[in-house]
Amino acid sequence: MSSDIDILKDVSSKEYEYGFTTDIEMDFAPTGLTEETVKFISEKKNEPEWMLELRLKGLQHFQKLEMPSWQNFEMPDIDFQSISYYAAPKKKATLNSLDEVDPELLATFEKLGIPLTEQKMLTGVAVDVVFDSVSVATTFKDKLKELGIIFCSFSEAVKEHPELVKKYLGTVVPYTDNIFAALNSAVVSDGSFVYIPKGIRCPMELSTYFRINAENTGQFERTLIIADEGSYVSYLEGCTAPMRDENQLHAAVVELIALENAEIKYSTVQNWYPGDKDGKGGIYNFVTKRGICKGDNSKISWTQVETGSAITWKYPSVILRGDNSIGEFYSVALTKNKQIADTGTKMFHIGKNTRSRIISKGISAGHGQNSYRGLVQVSNGADNARNFTQCDSLLIGDECGAHTFPYIESKNNTAIVEHEATTSKIGEDQIFYLNQRGIGTEQAVALIVNGYAKEVLNQLPMEFAIEAQKLLAISLEGSVG
Amino acid sequence: MLVSIKDLKASVEGKEILKGLNLDVNVGEVHAIMGPNGSGKSTLASVLAGKDNYEVTGGSVTFDGKDLLEMDPETRAKEGVFLAFQYPVEIPGVSNINFLKTALAEIRTYKNLPPLEAKDFLKLLKEKQKLVEFDATLANRSLNEGFSGGEKKRNEIFQLAMLEPKLAILDETDSGLDIDALRIVAKGINKLRSDKNAFIIITHYQRLLEYIVPDFVHVLYNGQIVKSGTKELALELEEKGYDWLKESSEKELA
Repeated sequence: MSSDIDILKDVSSKEYEYGFTTDIEMDFAPTGLTEETVKFISEKKNEPEWMLELRLKGLQHFQKLEMPSWQNFEMPDIDFQSISYYAAPKKKATLNSLDEVDPELLATFEKLGIPLTEQKMLTGVAVDVVFDSVSVATTFKDKLKELGIIFCSFSEAVKEHPELVKKYLGTVVPYTDNIFAALNSAVVSDGSFVYIPKGIRCPMELSTYFRINAENTGQFERTLIIADEGSYVSYLEGCTAPMRDENQLHAAVVELIALENAEIKYSTVQNWYPGDKDGKGGIYNFVTKRGICKGDNSKISWTQVETGSAITWKYPSVILRGDNSIGEFYSVALTKNKQIADTGTKMFHIGKNTRSRIISKGISAGHGQNSYRGLVQVSNGADNARNFTQCDSLLIGDECGAHTFPYIESKNNTAIVEHEATTSKIGEDQIFYLNQRGIGTEQAVALIVNGYAKEVLNQLPMEFAIEAQKLLAISLEGSVG
Repeated sequence: MLVSIKDLKASVEGKEILKGLNLDVNVGEVHAIMGPNGSGKSTLASVLAGKDNYEVTGGSVTFDGKDLLEMDPETRAKEGVFLAFQYPVEIPGVSNINFLKTALAEIRTYKNLPPLEAKDFLKLLKEKQKLVEFDATLANRSLNEGFSGGEKKRNEIFQLAMLEPKLAILDETDSGLDIDALRIVAKGINKLRSDKNAFIIITHYQRLLEYIVPDFVHVLYNGQIVKSGTKELALELEEKGYDWLKESSEKELA
């Protein structure tokens, strides 16, 4: 059936919509990774001594480590000495209001569909915006402050709330965790900080928008979210980058801490530049994300829609320490052209009656390679732990790949761990069926893919679910027929 | 004339299946096409709908004055050609309603009509559901996912009711239906018959034609229509089988 192959083979990339660059005067750190670079960044950010010490520990550890080799893709050579670890728009000083944000930057975010002026914003969503290495604006700060909620850039938190940062930073992802966590600890650029006080239900979605703009830089943000006893927060991050022929590194660390009866819902819509159709350029998205359900009856839920990046390598995980705590991971990862995704989760069951749920939906098109890698670990004391894992792969065309690496380690015989996996192909028959009802091929594929990913998309806050649906459709445009 | 098929020849993977088929269908008519296995019945349905591993090697199909064979499958659908599939596919996670809304919007856009308002769409949905006795819980589920064979066939008729095509081609819609389901399907089709549309009903058995009375019955054998008649022909076939036609047509061809 030549037509089948014709329809499904013609995988060309829809031009990346967010690939423009902003021409703005920037401050750069000297290229290369040395103690001087680290000191330079710390000084630029006017940091206290303890933060610099943390950075230097990270750097020393980083220098001892080598790149891992267990991943299911060929690790590109990254020359850590050729990257600039700090880039910031020059005009940035301490901003008292959004009116002081460089108009060029406002225009950039307007173009990205992230208006920063509060009256134009989605009501019910507060946004922190990170441009290269610095946070340029945080909206609805005052309104949140009335409730005692802290939502600010990471740099600001280091200065304004050192007691909280010191208490929690590195407790979930220590700098010794892995090479990119060590790197991040050394060169942390910016990121978001959230603290929800006891018993408070955060009334709006908190959101961070990350934009890499400058050439030859990386982004190394750090996000720290603390939900105190009985509180609730829903947080969302989104990201884009210009089209460049060189690969750029994004090595972020996210730490979530949920105390007793608290709940954190963390959603990601990742749309970093994926590289062109021949695999040239694109972001290396090497991220460490982990949360701890520290208190009893707490809950952490990760939802991710990953459509961008040349390589995505991340495993948002949950340490279920509190009794009756719940960890969830919902993921859609789409790879096309030469994109690679090696993603999944780890659920560590430590407390009693802990439960975890993993729903992973991989979509591979073109020459894309998609791996699910997951670990469910049940320790001695985790009586009655429950896990359910469902891991589905959808293939578009016959030149892509889907791989599954589930690991289960159980040391408690009261645990029940379930794993289900399916692999399916978008069939010519399904497309023809929809065609025959008047639906064109591209729209047919979008319908099929969104249907496949529905269980995960349903986890996203409403506005973002619609955005994510569109993003999946756009990402696949030109993939078929 | 709604459809005019002239000397249609088509092959699948190099093998000629349709070998010069002629058929004219006017609005308001129901044509039954019968024939033994392998005679080309389903190929005819697929060629008319534009399934692309079927290669048309000769002849023409004029639909509503336009060259049907020039159009891609979705355009044919928008022009008003509907195929009720013999084996409807499952599309997990896509709700029947969302699917129909999308399909209807596409067809309406093609006709320069604005999309239906949500409340009008729901009204239409309810109306048609009732008309063809389609279970509301099925309408809310994912498209054909986990449906029984009979439920899938009934969903085809429901879609037919919703999309209101000019020409409906029913490809062995009766196969795999028990007698109750068959009655419901036939009742639905009878309600949808009008002087503005036409049906081509492809079937293996005369059974369906007891419920849907055709205006014409054609026998397809070896890629050609070898005999045409009225509903009595179907009864004759039921009684005598196809062998007598095979022999006579082979004599004619010889």
